[in-house]
Amino acid sequence: MFSFIARRLLATIPVLGVVALVVFGILHLSPGDPAALIAGDHATPQQVAAMRSKLGLDQPLWEQFGAWIWSVLHGELGISIFSNQPVTRLIGQRLEPTIALTITTTIVTVLLAVPIGVIAAWRAGTWIDRSVMSFAVLGFSFPVFVVGYLLIYVVSMTLGWLPIQGYRNLGDGFGPFLIHLVLPSLALGISFMALIARITRTSVLEVLNQDYIRTARSKGLAMWQVLLYHALPNAAVPIVTVIGVGIAVLIGGVVVTESVFAIPGLGRLVVDSILSRDYPVIQGVLLIFAGVYVGINLLIDLLYVALDPRIRY
Amino acid sequence: MLAMHRTFAGLLALAGCVTFGTASEALAQKKIIRSVPIGALKIVDPIWTTAYITRNHSYMVWDTLFSLDAKNEPQPQMVDAWKISPDKLTYSFTLRSGLLWHDNTPVRAADCVASIRRWGAKDGMGRALMGFTDKIEAIDDKSFRLVLKQPVGFVLEALGKIDSNVPFMMPERIAKTDPNTQITEVIGSGPFRFLKEEFVPGVKVVYEKFTGYVPRKEPASLAAGGKVVKIDRVESVYMPDAAVAIAALGNGEVDLLESPANDLIRTVQNNPNVFVRPNDPLGYQLFMAVNHLYPPFDRKEARQALLWGIKQAEFLEVVIGDAKRYQECVAVYGCGTPNESKLGSEALASFNLEKSKALLKSAGYGAQPIVLLDPTDNAVLHPAALVATQTLKRMGMNVDTQAMDFSTLTQRRASKNLPSQGGWNVFVTNATMTGIANPVLHTYSMNCEQAWYGWPCDKRIVDLSRQWALELDAAKRKQIIGELQRVHMENVTYIPLGQYRSVIAYRKNVKGMIASPSLFYWNIEKE
Repeated sequence: MFSFIARRLLATIPVLGVVALVVFGILHLSPGDPAALIAGDHATPQQVAAMRSKLGLDQPLWEQFGAWIWSVLHGELGISIFSNQPVTRLIGQRLEPTIALTITTTIVTVLLAVPIGVIAAWRAGTWIDRSVMSFAVLGFSFPVFVVGYLLIYVVSMTLGWLPIQGYRNLGDGFGPFLIHLVLPSLALGISFMALIARITRTSVLEVLNQDYIRTARSKGLAMWQVLLYHALPNAAVPIVTVIGVGIAVLIGGVVVTESVFAIPGLGRLVVDSILSRDYPVIQGVLLIFAGVYVGINLLIDLLYVALDPRIRY
Repeated sequence: MLAMHRTFAGLLALAGCVTFGTASEALAQKKIIRSVPIGALKIVDPIWTTAYITRNHSYMVWDTLFSLDAKNEPQPQMVDAWKISPDKLTYSFTLRSGLLWHDNTPVRAADCVASIRRWGAKDGMGRALMGFTDKIEAIDDKSFRLVLKQPVGFVLEALGKIDSNVPFMMPERIAKTDPNTQITEVIGSGPFRFLKEEFVPGVKVVYEKFTGYVPRKEPASLAAGGKVVKIDRVESVYMPDAAVAIAALGNGEVDLLESPANDLIRTVQNNPNVFVRPNDPLGYQLFMAVNHLYPPFDRKEARQALLWGIKQAEFLEVVIGDAKRYQECVAVYGCGTPNESKLGSEALASFNLEKSKALLKSAGYGAQPIVLLDPTDNAVLHPAALVATQTLKRMGMNVDTQAMDFSTLTQRRASKNLPSQGGWNVFVTNATMTGIANPVLHTYSMNCEQAWYGWPCDKRIVDLSRQWALELDAAKRKQIIGELQRVHMENVTYIPLGQYRSVIAYRKNVKGMIASPSLFYWNIEKE
């Protein structure tokens, strides 16, 4: 097991190297000029050129790449071209909202979607199943921003129950922190919930046709016991996979939700940086995202062993 | 339903009670303005960039020697007294008593000298002033002098300019930073202190009233007069989603939107708790930049064809929509400014499609594609680009409208390549009126290689602009402005597309807003 983990960790190095190279290449080969944005809309071409030189953007690409990799190897992700602050600090400022949103969304989603999926599998072919599947299709079909706007309109503007936007740090109090996460978590969670419910239904349905389930039923176990202790654990591998991948996607892909609800997370940081061509920030954040993806995939692989003793590495 | 509402409200109240700290309670005692700024503040140095969000931020933190009043005349701000020598070469300034930096050290003349030098190395008007300056030196801790090589008529206008880059005064140790390197310390002597520990670049910036600030006695007028702070704290939080920002204002979660989206304003206009009104007295000029390097617009006739074929009202109607907030204006230096002139502008003021087509034909235009740059992520310039596309098509041009984000446009417009090889023919952009209101400030005050994008080449513009800068007589200056307007129109340096004003929206319990191109938070009260 330890050698597996060590091999997987070592394998992340070339992965991150490739990510770094590709991200750097795509960014610097795409059009856009941070120097022109900083110098302002009405700066003269000479002023823009001077700014470009000062920022080192007139250096050959391989030199710029080399300098960045060198700083990464020394534990630094570079300095933002615009805010002049270390990328690690910028990421640190944005980490809490994204992690909080990811955790609350995952909790809400898993707590609702897994039971719904199990019930749908149990009542396969009935109106309950069809309702769950309809919800799943709707959940996939509605873009997050539409769900977000609807929730804001109904829950915040019409009923006045929750704030429309914003984020409060945990340090400002647990109440305000939680209240500001309810709507974004729901908006983000609906499509995720639909996915998990659907996968859960399919997996549990497959397991319910197995002989050992029939045996469990014939022993006189209640249906809830069969579902909870026999069906669900054996259907868990694909469900955990989807949840794990979902968490990775949430960490890197909550851009729309963060924008709609004005949450200052990593998604917004990376989009803002792309729009302004703040290369060090984009490179740093994407490198972190890549690391998170690799880490979560490793975690999922390790969870397989715990969930299914037949799996060995 | 009612029971459910109560249960839910009860849960929320319970959640609200579970707090870990007392910071929120302390803040609740303060008068706080929560605002949504015009953009995301990332750069804190007003000399390093010309971005307006940085300019607006800087007015909170830093102060200026002179400031424009509502009549667009420079008035002393940090300066207590000043005099001009009889030969009009030496300007001597004495600072007001009691001026303090936010670290509670006194403001010194040496600080101002270093600040003017840094600004003068970067800003267009500053560079022009430094070009005429022989020396600038501190006399003692409270006074300094600026000695010119020859008399010029814009010293106080330059020191009081309200458009980027504004000559803000900084402590000497900060002002000695290379102007092409961003400063790292935000210490000013303005009415608000910047709270570094609460700054999240691109998201949130917080200011606190600076209790050591001594305002002038005169009433506030544009950027001049007494900067009396009547609130404790300003929390400026950028919201990328315009609809949500409007909803948050309507709900009272924020007090003020500095730049609500034009197409969403009507959703909040009928809210009895919200005011919507233009705040900038002059606003913006929308204009079309034309590439003078390549056919067909390397020929004057083709550029003149544009003048005859454009209807300003079409652009303004689409971009702004509210006729109360725009006006057709052919004046290069803007309408409503002291330098307004309409000489030689008949073509732009009229509309004659046949004449336009005839001029285009005489310029030798065939059917080659006209590359028009369209920044689709810009709420003002994107619709303007679409109108430009239709306008050029109506004139018989084969238009190749190329969609891109604004960042790409900023790089693309600098390209002098052929339009078919990464260059361009036309794009629409805008400028604040305060940023183009005189020949020294104006975007197109330079010539050929030195000129702004489009690279118009007409030495008369440069010569006349210099004449205006040197002229001290107001009547003669007016004459020069008229001639500049005529030359701009005759050679079609660029094409003004009219003038418009943006609005601000705010809760009715917020009072005391000062009409200005930048939203100032002094004088504002919250009831």
